[in-house]
Amino acid sequence: MQTLTKNTIGGKEIMLNGEGFLVHAEDWDKQLAIGIAVAEGIADLTDDHWKVINFCRQTAQNSKSPTLRQITTGTGISTKTMFALFPKGPAKKVARIAGLGKPEGCV
Amino acid sequence: MKKLLILGAGMAGTMAANKLTRLFHERQLDWQITLVDPDALHYYQPGFLFVPFGVYGGDDIVLPKRRLLPSDVELLQACIVEIDHEHNRVQLSSGEKLDYDFLIIATGADIHPEQTPGLSGPAWGDTIHTFYSFQGAVALFEKLRVWKGGRLVVNVVENPIKCPVAPLEFLMLADAFFLAKGMRDKVQLTYATPLSGAFTKPVAASHLNTLLAIKGIQVEPDYLVEAVNPDMRTLSSFDGRELGYDVLVSVPINMGATVVGESGLGDDLNYVPVNQHTMLDERHPNIFVLGDAAALPTSKAGSVAHFAIEKFCANFLDHVNGRQMHESFDGHANCFIESGHGKGLLIDFNYVTEPLPGAYPVPWVGPFSLLKETRANHWGKMLFKWIYWNILLKGYRLPIPTDMSMTGKQTAEAMN
Repeated sequence: MQTLTKNTIGGKEIMLNGEGFLVHAEDWDKQLAIGIAVAEGIADLTDDHWKVINFCRQTAQNSKSPTLRQITTGTGISTKTMFALFPKGPAKKVARIAGLGKPEGCV
Repeated sequence: MKKLLILGAGMAGTMAANKLTRLFHERQLDWQITLVDPDALHYYQPGFLFVPFGVYGGDDIVLPKRRLLPSDVELLQACIVEIDHEHNRVQLSSGEKLDYDFLIIATGADIHPEQTPGLSGPAWGDTIHTFYSFQGAVALFEKLRVWKGGRLVVNVVENPIKCPVAPLEFLMLADAFFLAKGMRDKVQLTYATPLSGAFTKPVAASHLNTLLAIKGIQVEPDYLVEAVNPDMRTLSSFDGRELGYDVLVSVPINMGATVVGESGLGDDLNYVPVNQHTMLDERHPNIFVLGDAAALPTSKAGSVAHFAIEKFCANFLDHVNGRQMHESFDGHANCFIESGHGKGLLIDFNYVTEPLPGAYPVPWVGPFSLLKETRANHWGKMLFKWIYWNILLKGYRLPIPTDMSMTGKQTAEAMN
């Protein structure tokens, strides 16, 4: 059902799904994260960005990224700051950069 | 005599008490069941949706809890102060302490408008409303009865919420309500949701997005409200989008019971992590969690509670006697979705299968149609109130399978 696209990010060829999430989790490395971040409009990944990315990668279940509330509770970073770090839909944006699947709510 | 203590006499607690009473009688087992609930009245919560439009009143959706329970079940009207799971004891606000052998936590979920800046001030009940409580639904009925029109915004603060389709149903019923009053052209309907569309799962989202568009209901997606400014009558989101309203119908953040959190049993929203197939709190082998109080990866809905409790009751005696639990809850639920003008949709899903088109409960036959607007679905929803009071709460079995079936369902792949 999903359309997959081939992308070259930071000199590396990767597959993204229709919503921009990494298809093959094993493709991910820090260099790729920096490349995806640039494509998402974040020029520099600061320590705070990495704190969130690392938290998401550590707590991801079945490659599904945590929800915004789980991130704010787990990292102590406020929702407001999350929107400043990852503008427009921070949970989804960090999931893309962290090479994880879409954070999914329930039905 | 063994003691089973149930915290909360809502749908899950009442249904479990009725089913287990019957089970204990049949097996001639000596158990005392005690329920504790701060509220003497039981509300048919799916009915709240219809109150603002004058379809249901208090007589339809409120009954004393005592009347819904067997006479040998003890019902205490009290607040719960602490769940002392180390000592198998619950303390009440009266100072009374209740010991238990087994505990069922069925304290549900409730709205918390005070968690969003500006939501719960003096405008609450005036220009800011909710239909997620009986009092709120009645106040909204009074408002809509005399309202002259303007911008009506429905906002979900954060997911998960009880009955995630209810805000959509409210909007579709509002569309029909204002059409019937001859003032639809004076009302702008907007749905501001933290989701990227009308619904979470893609197939149902596509159907529901289309329906909302046909009805002229605007969707403001990915809208995470930061604060409400009641003086300016605006909502503002974390990403800086301002949304004006004349009437705000809010679905405030839903949370589990505070006592659950304070007793160290809850997650960040005071829901109790459980085994999703048995509803057992695996940290405490004598505590089960039923209904909305459990942190299950599915909807907070009476339907989930219903099918889960069927499995729980089938497992309970095995677990009590140290045997393995054989029945496994698959996350099955189904919900009617009112769409106005005497029609409705139905969705049927579980932990792994999203809502898909088909027929229910008999594959290919129905009488209900999945993900399709029909009159039969509407009548199913209306009939459900009677089923709720007379069959479900009493713990009788409905003639439908507890596990979800894929038979006759159109899969997403097949649709492409």
